[in-house]
Amino acid sequence: MNLFSAFFYLFSTLTVASASMVVFSRNPVHSTLFLVLSFFNVAGLFVLLGAEFLAMTLILVYVGAVSVLFLFIVMMLDINFVKLNEGFMSYLPIGACVMGVLLIELFIAFGAWKGFPNAYNLLQAPIEEHLSNTEALGRVLYTRYVYHFQSAGLILLIAMIGAIVLTLRHKPGVLRQVVADQIARCPETSVEIRKVKSGQGI
Amino acid sequence: MMSYSYLLTEYFPLVIFISIAGVIGLMLLVAPFVFSYRRPDTEKLSAYECGFDAFSDSRMKFDIRFYLVSILFIIFDLEVAFLFPWAAAFEDVGLFGFWSMILFLCILTVGFIYEWKKGALEWD
Amino acid sequence: MSKVTLSDLLPLLPEIILIIGAILILMYGVFSSREKARLNEIAMGFSLALILLIFSMTILSWSSGSIESELFDGAFVLDMFSSFVKCLILFSSFFCLLMSVDLFKSEELSNFEYPVLILFSTAGMMMVVSSGNFISLYMGMEIQSLSLYILASIQRESLRSTEAGLKYFVLGALASGMSLYGISLIYGFTGSTNFSAISRLASEFHAPDEASLGLVFGLIFLLAGLAFKISAAPFHMWTPDVYMGAPTPVTFLFATASKITSIAVLIRLTMSVFPVMILQWQQILIFLSLCSMILGSFSAIGQNNIKRLVAYSSIGHAGFILLGLSAGSQAGLIGVLVYMSIYTFMALGIFSCILAMRRGGEAVESINTLSGIAKHEPMFAFLFATLLFSLAGIPPLLGFFAKFYVLLAAVGSHLYGLALVAVLSSVVSAFYYLRIVKIMYFDEANQESFDPISSIIHVILLISGGISLFGFAFPRPFMYIVKTVVLSFL
Repeated sequence: MNLFSAFFYLFSTLTVASASMVVFSRNPVHSTLFLVLSFFNVAGLFVLLGAEFLAMTLILVYVGAVSVLFLFIVMMLDINFVKLNEGFMSYLPIGACVMGVLLIELFIAFGAWKGFPNAYNLLQAPIEEHLSNTEALGRVLYTRYVYHFQSAGLILLIAMIGAIVLTLRHKPGVLRQVVADQIARCPETSVEIRKVKSGQGI
Repeated sequence: MMSYSYLLTEYFPLVIFISIAGVIGLMLLVAPFVFSYRRPDTEKLSAYECGFDAFSDSRMKFDIRFYLVSILFIIFDLEVAFLFPWAAAFEDVGLFGFWSMILFLCILTVGFIYEWKKGALEWD
Repeated sequence: MSKVTLSDLLPLLPEIILIIGAILILMYGVFSSREKARLNEIAMGFSLALILLIFSMTILSWSSGSIESELFDGAFVLDMFSSFVKCLILFSSFFCLLMSVDLFKSEELSNFEYPVLILFSTAGMMMVVSSGNFISLYMGMEIQSLSLYILASIQRESLRSTEAGLKYFVLGALASGMSLYGISLIYGFTGSTNFSAISRLASEFHAPDEASLGLVFGLIFLLAGLAFKISAAPFHMWTPDVYMGAPTPVTFLFATASKITSIAVLIRLTMSVFPVMILQWQQILIFLSLCSMILGSFSAIGQNNIKRLVAYSSIGHAGFILLGLSAGSQAGLIGVLVYMSIYTFMALGIFSCILAMRRGGEAVESINTLSGIAKHEPMFAFLFATLLFSLAGIPPLLGFFAKFYVLLAAVGSHLYGLALVAVLSSVVSAFYYLRIVKIMYFDEANQESFDPISSIIHVILLISGGISLFGFAFPRPFMYIVKTVVLSFL
């Protein structure tokens, strides 16, 4: 159990530290890299909680795809980051105030932590001892939680439509290669034979 | 609380692996500072005199198509993430679980057909 | 493991049909080789028919009586209350589509995805309204808001529309995050995401004087997220910009269907999930209501853009709705349902008036363009004035009764101070509604008339104006329905 707490503190300290570095580092590329680090540490926390599948998905999706997209945008896009950071210091006092109040409130809340007595027993799908995490998830996700699962599919569909509706535009006048048309061409459709009388042309 | 002994047995190799990787990486980073031969002079420290200063910022307006492709990639990436537990529990979910996944895939295939026909995958 | 058979899915049928229909329109849109205008007409017509179908299905299932049912371990709940709210939502999305027909022809909105997204967001709203646990609530919320983000910025060539979409997206995501945090706290402290289970647990273990602090925190975060969606002050910042930038029919959807959905969730949470925590949530609702009413009435005075003015006025109306809810009584719930329905009718008229304000083929939004319009367009001016009087709550009109019922509930629950503020802010807001009437009737007509108003807008205006004028004469059937709903809910 001691090793467990040691790892918990390691991961959570690193998460908090790298999350604050996301906000405070001047270079946006560094911010993104710190974001990746904090994703990794959160994945570590998930592993400690026994949510292994979630941890791996976090690494796969967030580190593998989302943060790469972030990096792409930050490195390539024409944004003046110095200008973007200009208001930072002037908003800092207000932001710090709000943060302080929230922090104190959270401490009060968790100081008085008192869950309902049988909250743990009520967890809707407790994992059986011998099952792996992914398998346990798979057993309920597609049957018991089918409604939520299909809603998730719908959300992804809408996201797809949105991405295309909002960004896709075709340049007018671009000639495309249409392979099917090329293959379908035959002498009858493309060659025309005419008798040319001498001295007249077509 | 659950027993955490399995965490130790299953993830201990990973912990060792990551720590060794970290140590080696850090060592290679630190070693030059410690061991390298250093004798700086003004010529060595000044910029290489050939070439010229950059004309402009390397950031520029970028075709939004790149983002479209990567966003679509992320969506399908998420879809694949849903397939893993399904595959792992395939024997337990039964026919209902099977068809529920097929329905999910159908919904996303609709999206795929949509983007195909819209020409979002073309590069003009 | 509970098995679901196809016949069990019957209560979910309207949503399923709506989604399948939307997908079919989408597929038809990409495969059809028709020209764009024709394609748009077909997509629009099909969507209108679909919503009508779902509307009649909801009504039918209601009248047949077999309505209380639960699906998927209580994830989806169909009861009188959810059917009533669904009818309101379907009503407003139907008219949102109908209002868009002209814009659709005039190439301002020319994606066939537009009706599809409206259908998706309607389906999402219906799922939210009949959600029976927090996960399905959140999923429905995301379906709804994701479609609305896209709809807000669908005129992507227009800078204002893009800005509206971006603002709505960023702030909406923040609100979703807050709700989600609240939900996770509630789950952590109770061990369940199911509404009925949580309600049972809360009433078992929750002593009023010794509140479980974590649960209160969760509830507060959740309420903050929802207040965001109904644009109650102090979470209203996005409202004027988004209302101004989004296409007018979509703004109508924001002001009615989207708000109604979140208020329905609020009602379910406060009255049916956490009725034991009334001391905690009542404070918050009173605060939100107070801020919204005051801010809504005072900020609208200086506005010169009609859409911004309507945005502030809708903040004020959200305050009134929350006033009814914070009464926490049966009378309060009746007041809220009446208010929501009447507000939907009035907003319908106001937004079609805004749509009618076109000059030279372009939409005009400044209030000054209305000056002296009564001379050119007496019918339009009369209906607009009627609707404005109704919004202000002048007695024989319908808007008065909306305010009357919530005020009655507030007084009944001894919230005298709040009721006083409500009356005063109603007086202040009457000022800016009447100012528009004054501009229309008494200012000099120095401009030419509006473009001829299309027949669709005319019909909508007549319906809405007529209901606002004569609705008070036939209150009985409507009140009977509302009372039945409330009695079955509590």
